[in-house]
Amino acid sequence: MDALKLDLSHYRELLKQYIDTQDESALYEAEQISKRSIQHNISLEEIINTHINALEDIYPDLPENIQHSMSFLLEVMISYGLALQEFQDLREAQLEIKSEISVAARVQNTLLSTEKPDVEGFDIGVVSVPANQMNGDYHHFIHHEDGTVGITVADVIGKGIPAALCMSMIKYAMESFPSEHKNPSEILESLNRVVERNVDPSMFITMFYALFNPAASTISYSSAGHEPGFYYHAADDTFEEIRAKGVVLGVTDMAQYRQYEREIHAGDMIILLTDGVTECRQGDRFIESEEVLEVIKGFSHLSAQELVENVYKHFEKLQDFHLRDDFTLIIIKKDV
Amino acid sequence: MDFRTCVNIQKEWDIVGARQFGRDFSKKLGFGIVDQARIATAISELARNIYLYAGSGKICFDEVENVGSRGICIIAIDTGPGIKDISQVMEDGYSTSGGLGAGLPGVKRLMDEFDISSKTGEGTEIRVVKWVR
Repeated sequence: MDALKLDLSHYRELLKQYIDTQDESALYEAEQISKRSIQHNISLEEIINTHINALEDIYPDLPENIQHSMSFLLEVMISYGLALQEFQDLREAQLEIKSEISVAARVQNTLLSTEKPDVEGFDIGVVSVPANQMNGDYHHFIHHEDGTVGITVADVIGKGIPAALCMSMIKYAMESFPSEHKNPSEILESLNRVVERNVDPSMFITMFYALFNPAASTISYSSAGHEPGFYYHAADDTFEEIRAKGVVLGVTDMAQYRQYEREIHAGDMIILLTDGVTECRQGDRFIESEEVLEVIKGFSHLSAQELVENVYKHFEKLQDFHLRDDFTLIIIKKDV
Repeated sequence: MDFRTCVNIQKEWDIVGARQFGRDFSKKLGFGIVDQARIATAISELARNIYLYAGSGKICFDEVENVGSRGICIIAIDTGPGIKDISQVMEDGYSTSGGLGAGLPGVKRLMDEFDISSKTGEGTEIRVVKWVR
């Protein structure tokens, strides 16, 4: 059970030195013993036993009542010793789980990887960072043959592993849709049925789906209860919320989604996000979405990728480098 | 093995009797003071389980021998409800988190060998062994 026995003679000498001199250096040595003992898994009761033995060696005539009191102490410490062993085993188990999760996170990254489109006349920036190791936010670009691009931004209510598992399912469901199937309202309706049938009722998924047509400079979109994005009008330097009505995925199998369309003008920006962006917290205070827009405006002279990265860095710092929720931000800028 | 001695567990007070017997027995077998305390703690856990969950049962003691080494064998037997999910009670943190004590994983740590069998509705038998070092 004990990897290494405590060195009784060393302990005895130190104890004697301390009893004789009350010297701090002996206490410092005692601290070293304690650390070494933890390192070598020497149990608590073993240390007390060593103490008892050392004491009996130093004082062969140790009064019996003191001896009994030491046995009493030993008994009291047994359960503490056990708890410590359990703690050590649990810590090992936790390390194992952590490394498993980091493997899972790598698998997820590969599964859900997506390529940012490179379209003429537009500049696109994407940042998606999980709060923990696994991401419950999802974004994906689908490149259609006719040059249009499907853009998905989704958020599973909840985060971590269950959310991440759910997202992998969403991705494969979407890939199984026929390629001519690209209207946002149709996609959300099909997906809603998949979610309704396959996902635990306690789990909700919000999604914004857009079909971006760079040639026509239009974007059509539908939303399933997703955090609204923003449209930036360069002409009067204002932001407008991109409102779209629609129920969260998986609530009812009959859900219908309205489809909206708008034209994108030169210098304008489409801002898509998850609530990890708009619900950043500074201490106990939730930030206002105006603050997000202010920050975006502040960096809007940069390229779209630099812009989203700087916005992320800003809020990461604001939250003391500890994200509370997964953070996904996509910005599409139309060149001037 | 016929000189097996058993202590019946019905009242909380019987736990003390079982501990006392186990401590004396392990002392006689040559266990040191730390192991005596460990054995007594293991007996406590086993006896408390009987008292709390089964209502009544017994703790039996045997001397065991194996190629030159001597040891103590303790068997806890009850006719209680049995344990439905043994893996769960053997999981760290299952009993300790509720402050119930070391639990069966603790007993396993305190002893060298541990074996459990249980049938729902019939009872549980736990056999543990510790060798003199």
